[in-house]
Amino acid sequence: MTIFPLTLLPNDANINFMKLRWVSIAVAALIMFVAIGAMATRNFNYALDFTGGNLVELHLAKPVSLDTVRERLAADGYDSAQVQTYGAGNELLIRLQPREGDSGSAATAHAAEAVMKAVSGADNQAKILRNEFVGPQVGRELALNGLYALLFVVVGFLIYIAFRFEWKFAVAAIITTLHDVIVVAGWFAISGHEFDLTVLAGILSVMGYSINDTIVVFDRVRENFRSMRADPETVLNKSINQTLSRTVITSFVAFLTVVALYIYGGGSLRGMAESQMIGIIIGTLSSIFVACPLLTLGLLKVSKQDLLPKAKDEAALARRP
Amino acid sequence: MLTFARWKYFAILVVLVVSVLYALPNAYPQDPSVQISAARSGSTQIDAALAKRAADLLAQAKIPTKSVQVEDQGNLMVRLNDTEQQTRAADLLRPKLGSDYVVALSLAPTVPGWLESLGAKPMPRGLDLQGGVHFVMQVDQAAALNKRLEAYVEDVRATLRDSAVPYTSVVRRGNEAIVATLAGNADADKAQKQLRTAFPTLTQDLEGRTLTLNIPPSELQRISLDAIEQNLTTLRNRINAFGVAEPVIQRQGTDRVVIQLPGLQDTAEAKRQIGATATLEFRAVVGDEAAAAAAVRDRNVPPEARVYYNEAKQPLLLSKRLLVSGDQLVNAIPGNDQQGQPSVSITLNAIGGQRMLNHTLENVGKRLGIVYVEQIPITEIVDGKEVRTTRTEERVISSSTIQGVFGKDFQTTGLSRDEANSLAKQLKSGALAAPMTFVEERVVGPSLGADNVKRGTTAVLYSFVFALTFFLIYYRMFGLITCLALVLNLLMVVALMSMIGATMSLPGFAGLALSVGMSVDANVLINERIREELRAGVPPQAAIASGYDKASGTIFDSNMTALLAGLALLAFGTGPLQGFAMTMIIGILTSVFTAVTVSRGIATLLYGNRRKLKSIAI
Repeated sequence: MTIFPLTLLPNDANINFMKLRWVSIAVAALIMFVAIGAMATRNFNYALDFTGGNLVELHLAKPVSLDTVRERLAADGYDSAQVQTYGAGNELLIRLQPREGDSGSAATAHAAEAVMKAVSGADNQAKILRNEFVGPQVGRELALNGLYALLFVVVGFLIYIAFRFEWKFAVAAIITTLHDVIVVAGWFAISGHEFDLTVLAGILSVMGYSINDTIVVFDRVRENFRSMRADPETVLNKSINQTLSRTVITSFVAFLTVVALYIYGGGSLRGMAESQMIGIIIGTLSSIFVACPLLTLGLLKVSKQDLLPKAKDEAALARRP
Repeated sequence: MLTFARWKYFAILVVLVVSVLYALPNAYPQDPSVQISAARSGSTQIDAALAKRAADLLAQAKIPTKSVQVEDQGNLMVRLNDTEQQTRAADLLRPKLGSDYVVALSLAPTVPGWLESLGAKPMPRGLDLQGGVHFVMQVDQAAALNKRLEAYVEDVRATLRDSAVPYTSVVRRGNEAIVATLAGNADADKAQKQLRTAFPTLTQDLEGRTLTLNIPPSELQRISLDAIEQNLTTLRNRINAFGVAEPVIQRQGTDRVVIQLPGLQDTAEAKRQIGATATLEFRAVVGDEAAAAAAVRDRNVPPEARVYYNEAKQPLLLSKRLLVSGDQLVNAIPGNDQQGQPSVSITLNAIGGQRMLNHTLENVGKRLGIVYVEQIPITEIVDGKEVRTTRTEERVISSSTIQGVFGKDFQTTGLSRDEANSLAKQLKSGALAAPMTFVEERVVGPSLGADNVKRGTTAVLYSFVFALTFFLIYYRMFGLITCLALVLNLLMVVALMSMIGATMSLPGFAGLALSVGMSVDANVLINERIREELRAGVPPQAAIASGYDKASGTIFDSNMTALLAGLALLAFGTGPLQGFAMTMIIGILTSVFTAVTVSRGIATLLYGNRRKLKSIAI
């Protein structure tokens, strides 16, 4: 028999996850409530995509480093300004979120003045080329679409999993996935990191990742229920342990790919990479510590009968010689 | 046990070849170039002589070129070395070539002909990757509706007048109805009959002498829809005048239009041209210039007329009755009449043509005025609040004598060459059915775009290298198989995206990185299963076979659910979200194929025929 040279986890992992289930579910619930609380009390730091905001176009005598401009604007209180250059590098396009209390075009003009002063150096005078307000209405539609997408995914998952597995599995998988999404979204509420369209995309792809992770474990549960003679808890525990190395390795590599995105993808992809990094960690933990334990609770408690071949299959079996 | 059908190898080979072929065009860089096309078809020639002229002009200005030649689609392409020279070349050529040609900045592909003949094209790149402008415009539906309803009121009056039914008034009641009060001696039946023929979509109510024409909601909806469609057509015409290579002009929702002009940097000019909400009106001229001057002097304007001014600020009296409006104009082409004099050939739609015919039948020898109406959006501050209003500017651009009876096709003459060109341009672009405002605007510089491409490519490359390195170390031989599967997966995603012409954007790179992740998952599932089987004491070949078999079901279920998330993003997302979703969906589909089929094929090739296989490196 070959010796396996390299393993991240012992092959015969036999950790009693089920024994820990009250602790793990309690911890998961706690994290989730913290996330919900954060979302309820602190608003997201929505990007211009959602809020609308001021757009200021400047012309500078000399080209200027974008980082310097960002720093100066941040020092002036506009910390989420998006700064772009165009033309020969001495024209700047700056997008600002309205500060609290700022509204109307008087405030827009005021913001443009402030930006101009912040950007201008002693020997590099800035000139306002254009200054306008981008309405938030488009953003509201997009946000609504994000919500529709979420609903579509939840219903789609429910139908698919209930069809391929069993309704208890579907509900447990949805709860696990929503938990992950809420936690990631909560992170953005707590950290105050900018929430833009790519973050929304990142969070929705976390749903995909999280459900994927959970389904792999459930798939093994289904298989073991059919082949093992043991009580549900043993079956669930065994299934988690059997898929443990796969779960950890996949997450590890997926995490690596997202880290590459975070490091090398530049500012525009950072939000997306950040949401996916957190999503992968949370998704992995929840597929181990939350998904299966949920299957032992209350209405969701699975029994062998839930997964034994149904009557139709039994009839087919009975016909066999 | 461990077998793999021969036809499947063949299929994989075909997929591999096709993927390489269709992914290949993306490896060829694009030349910054200046595209020269004819402003109007027919009148100007794009040929070798023009190429020589352009090349000489550029040589004089010492702008080095890669090539200057007429390429497919009959456009002259001047290929240059960098974007800075591209701008200089365009700025030089534009005034020198004159208004007969459209000089536009574009990116010319360098994909060899044999690849192109297979239909292999590089992925179009989004604005964030090549720079350009993005606008969202909102159509003022209320104004469109208002305009159409006013026209209805006019038409009802005209119909009653034409059928000799006396009336005391025709007024609008909100957006639902037009109320005509007939005179005491009027023949109500006749009025109803005539109006029914003229307006078959409106329902009628007669109460005493009051005839109410109700406008059904479906009609109102049709008016709104027509307005936005009309505006889309106009915008397309205006944007074509820029000569942007691949403009996107799309309707979004019920009242918005999204415009993307990749590669275009001159936002101010683009906004001015796109946003000019001008329209045209054809009205009968009342009296002559002397009469108009007298009317202005004495402040005694005839009731059926209004004072308009031409470009030279001279007054002219035009009928209040709108004969034909700009949205009934189909085309306007400058050219020459039989005597070789400059003229503009105008084509109206059927309704406009009918009205013109009726009018000219009775009015030969009289004059017809064309009024140019421009809506200029202004923002005012009233009580500290921003109020958007529009100022309307009207001027007579032409007032020529009607020479004979004509219908939907006619010519206006008596213009200079420049006037004819300018009139045609104004006529053609002036038919916005409703005013529009800019609600969103984005500009991405070309350098930022290039930077984004570089960053995105680096990120995908590293995510790929991280994954491959890990697999090679962790799974050894099967790691190599996994790596081959991953490479083919990436190749397939790129090839498929190029084939369907999906736009590559920055989030698209994130999608690519994610599809590497998805592919990783499927491969890990298989490899871990094989290890598990081996640990359970199953002989190597059987372990490989059952590893693949058992993992396939899991891969299918887990990827189907992830696919659902991708579909939701595609369905409900816009712009960048859709780009991301597209790569994610394609990545999931190809990763199932490469992990389940391709890697199994390779594994079988390596281990399938060994009789005494004792161990495998996994």
